[in-house]
Amino acid sequence: MKTGNLWFIFINASLINNFVLAYFLGICPFLGVSGKLSTASRMGMAVTFVMLISSMAAYGIHAFLLWVDAPFLQLISYIVVIASTVQLVEMFIKKFSPTLFKALGIFLPLITTNCAILGLALFQTNKGYNFLESFVFALGAGLGFTLALVLMAGLREKLDFAEVPAIAKGTALTLLVAGILSLTFMGFAGLGG
Amino acid sequence: MQQKSPGKLQQFFHFPEGDGLATDEFIKGLWRENPVLVQVLGMCPTLAVTNSATNAIAMGLATLFVLVMSNVLVSSLRKVIPKQVRIATYILIIATFVTVADYVIQAISLEVHKALGAFIALIVVNCIILGRAEAFASKNTVWKSLMDGLGMGIGFTFALLLLGTVREILGNGTLFGFPFFPDSFQEWVIMILPGGGFFTLAFWLLFFNGMKARKKDNHTEVHPEKESVEEVYV
Repeated sequence: MKTGNLWFIFINASLINNFVLAYFLGICPFLGVSGKLSTASRMGMAVTFVMLISSMAAYGIHAFLLWVDAPFLQLISYIVVIASTVQLVEMFIKKFSPTLFKALGIFLPLITTNCAILGLALFQTNKGYNFLESFVFALGAGLGFTLALVLMAGLREKLDFAEVPAIAKGTALTLLVAGILSLTFMGFAGLGG
Repeated sequence: MQQKSPGKLQQFFHFPEGDGLATDEFIKGLWRENPVLVQVLGMCPTLAVTNSATNAIAMGLATLFVLVMSNVLVSSLRKVIPKQVRIATYILIIATFVTVADYVIQAISLEVHKALGAFIALIVVNCIILGRAEAFASKNTVWKSLMDGLGMGIGFTFALLLLGTVREILGNGTLFGFPFFPDSFQEWVIMILPGGGFFTLAFWLLFFNGMKARKKDNHTEVHPEKESVEEVYV
C-alpha cells in the first residue's frame, strides 16, 4: 500500500496532472526555452533540481511555521527559499559548465519566478504530504516538466522547417501545439486508477 | 476609441505642474502594450483560471490590486533600495501584497477563493508584476507608476475576460453563471479543459495578429503616390 501510494503520486505529478500541460504552471520557460532540444533538456534538469531542494525546504518551513503559529508568513518564506536555491544553482552551473550557463541565459534567474516551483511547494502543503511523499511529488513534477519541455522542443525543431502563415508564426503556433500536447496527455487519465 | 486621443485628453486635463495626468502611461497598458495579448507575459493565471468569466474577473482584480500597490511602493522606495538586492526586495513587497489579497478574497467570498485555489498565491510569480516593478516603477515617479499599474492591470483583466467569456460560453453554455444558449446546445467540454485554454489563447493571438497585419496593409495602401514615385526612380 505504502509504495503503491508513492508510485501513484509520482505518476500523477508527472503524467496525469502534468504541471505544464494540465495545471499551466511554468508556461514562461515552456514557451521561452523550448526552441532547442539540448537547451530544453538541461533547463528541465535545472528546474527538477531546484524543485527537489525547494520542496524539502518548504516541508521544513511549513512544519516550523505551524509550530510558531504564523501561517501568513508561508508565502514570503517559500519565495525567499526558492530565490536562494536558484542563486545556489546558478553559482554551481556557472562554475562547472560555463557553456550551459550561457545557453540558459536569462531563464536561469527566471526560475525564481517559475510558477511551477512555488506551485509545487503550495500544492504539497495543501495536500498534506509527508516528507517522503513530498520528495516523490517533487521528483515526478520535475520529470514531468522536463518531459513536456523536451517534447515541445522536438516538435518545434521540426516546425522550423514547415511553411506557416505569417500571422501564426511564433507564440500562436506554439500555443496550438501545446494545446494538442495537452489533449494527448489527457489520455493518461486512466493510469492512476 | 479611447487610445487614439491621449494628446487631446492630456490637453483637456491640463495640469500645470509635474507630469500632468500621465494618461499615456495608463492607456498603453490597455492596448498597445497589453501584457497578455502583446507582451505574452503572465501566462499561468491567464490559462489556468479562465474557465469561467467570474473567475477571470476575480483573478484580474486581484492582480490589478497587487500590481498597483507594488508599483506605488516600489516607486516610492526607488531611491532607498540598494541596486544589488532590488529583485529580492521587489519579490518581498509583492509577496506581502499577495498575502493581503489572499486573505481579503477569503473574507469576501470563500467560493471564489476555493475556485482560484493556489493560483491567488501564485500571483507572486506573475511575470507582469515583477516586470513592471523592474522596468517601470523603479525608474518613474509615484503618480506615473500608479497610472502604469492601473493600465496594465485593467489590460490584464480585459484579456482574461476575453478568454474567460469564450471558454465559459462554449464549454459550459453559460455566461457569468446564467444560461447563454437554449437547452439543446451541446457543450464543448474541451473548452473548459486545459487544452481549450491553449487553443482559445492561440485563436485570440491569431485574431489580433491578423488585425495588425491588415492594419499594416491598409496603411501602405493609403500612400500609393509615394510608392509610385520610388518606382519611377528605380
